[in-house]
Amino acid sequence: MTGALAALGVADPLAGPSLDPLTDLHQMLAYHFMVNALRAGTIVAVLAGCIGWFMVLRRQSFVGHTLAVVSFPGAAAAVWLGLSAVGGYFAASIAAALVIALVPRSQAGRALSEESAVIGTVQAFALASGVLFVSLYGGFLDSITGLLFGSFLGVSDGQVTALGVVAVVVVVALAAMARPLHFATVDADVAAARGVPTRLLSIAFLVLLGCTAAEVSQITGALLVFALLVMPAAAAQQLTARPVFGTALTVVLGLLVTWLSLAVAFYSPWPVGFFVSTFGFAVYVAAAVGRQVATRLRSAPRRTPAAPRPGPEGAVGA
Amino acid sequence: MTPATLDPFTGIAHLFDAPYLRSAFIAGTCIALAAGLVGYLVVLRGQVFAGDALSHVAFTGALAALAFGVDLRVGLYGGCIAFALVTAALGRRSGADDTVIGSVFAWVLGLGALFLSLYTTSSSGSGGAGGDAGVNVLFGSILGLSGGEVVADVLVASVVVAGMVVLARPLVFASLDPAVAAARGVPVRALAYGFFVLLGLTAGVATQAVGALLLLGLLAAPAGASQRFTARPFVALWLSAGIAVGSMWAGLTLAYLLPRMPPSFGILGVATAVFLASFVWTAAARRRHRRVHRAPAPGWGTGAT
Repeated sequence: MTGALAALGVADPLAGPSLDPLTDLHQMLAYHFMVNALRAGTIVAVLAGCIGWFMVLRRQSFVGHTLAVVSFPGAAAAVWLGLSAVGGYFAASIAAALVIALVPRSQAGRALSEESAVIGTVQAFALASGVLFVSLYGGFLDSITGLLFGSFLGVSDGQVTALGVVAVVVVVALAAMARPLHFATVDADVAAARGVPTRLLSIAFLVLLGCTAAEVSQITGALLVFALLVMPAAAAQQLTARPVFGTALTVVLGLLVTWLSLAVAFYSPWPVGFFVSTFGFAVYVAAAVGRQVATRLRSAPRRTPAAPRPGPEGAVGA
Repeated sequence: MTPATLDPFTGIAHLFDAPYLRSAFIAGTCIALAAGLVGYLVVLRGQVFAGDALSHVAFTGALAALAFGVDLRVGLYGGCIAFALVTAALGRRSGADDTVIGSVFAWVLGLGALFLSLYTTSSSGSGGAGGDAGVNVLFGSILGLSGGEVVADVLVASVVVAGMVVLARPLVFASLDPAVAAARGVPVRALAYGFFVLLGLTAGVATQAVGALLLLGLLAAPAGASQRFTARPFVALWLSAGIAVGSMWAGLTLAYLLPRMPPSFGILGVATAVFLASFVWTAAARRRHRRVHRAPAPGWGTGAT
């Protein structure tokens, strides 16, 4: 391998980064799989940022996690049947989105716990089916951990194109329904009274969320979709409440996390999912701490002049 | 696994001949009983997402123990109980935001992926032993329990069941109406901590049976079904335990008869089928109810004209 690399004029990545950004970048981009991973990661980060912002606002993290996990049996079944894994990811996630949408939401009282019981059962049953398909396929155990924890090595040109097409469709659909969806999320009752079709919107959003979860899980693995779907959005919502600016910030944070993780994972034997989730969590914690510090600083100047005042005033009053 | 005979009845007659199946049935019954009882309260309190998070912590805890060369169960129970206490403390402060839970457990899971890869690379065989252990933690290995593990599982599960029997009445009260329960002198906060410790123990013990990723199903599906079958909380509590034990027995039997099928799939498949059946049952009940109520209307109409 080293001989072939030397012929290309590229250093062996196992020797570690040279810490010169340009050399490292050149070295990374010499590998076609790395170029494809960066392309796919960019598409996925933009898409996950747009959908994730709404998901966090709608408090549907549990649903998002389940839809992502469901893509694992879809991919396993597709591999077992000899079909394309990408198709399996999408079919399973969209089917699960429709099943969850079927559960009646408006029964007062037990609706909340019932819905979560359904989501939990869908998730566990989907994972159990995934094990069944893997066992029927009799493939390598390594492929299980690849499906669950992500592997950026095997993204082909065709898959990048498919990811791009789906991402464009989902983002356009989301942009078309963004205003009524935001209204229905912030105040469902008033929106319904104003004639906004809230139920239809929530089903449509679940389907879009399913598509997104299926896309993201191809990079991060089925279990770590949260890293791109929740963490950048949660960080951005700590910093701003404005919808357009917040979504843009989410996308930027997601892109930074993805690029950095891919670059570090390139030089490391550890799985890319670990880096994505760690960097995402670091961004989230930094945003939460930064917000705490900012609010304290903002309230501090008001308190400092106020604090010494009672002393002399109290003395004057007495 | 010994291959089952083609005739299912001969197969069932020899079900208990194999010692690994006998121990699977003993441990499985106790684990399912504990999971069914705890699961009903998890669903009643709306803490399924916390249970989901706990199952991922179980995975990371077990693999951390393996990666550092400690006994797997130390990491498993340690991780679960520590996380359960943290969740209880957070829940007390601000009704633990699901974004916070989600971000934390996604990161914990990422750590699990790291430990898995550390363990796989350190245990010389490429993917052999390390990969096996990781997959066993994720998806369970109830047919591979040793004698000592069965005793430990039965003990832990009995502690959970005993705890649930003692705490059931105040817990149901505190879950259905925390404000009134607190006013009546029920120690709501202490109960929440106690319940989360029991949940952590259940997660630890159930991880060995159905695996970290699937224990959520053993908690949620029987409880969701029993909630649909009856509205009376204590009947539903024991019905949930009954459904869980029944799913365990049926799943193990299915896995014995069909050797290609992983036992976790059998157990979860039966539990999910019961949950589906409960939806059909309530739909049918509603239709019957509607017919009874609609029936007099035409009769009354014709009588009037």
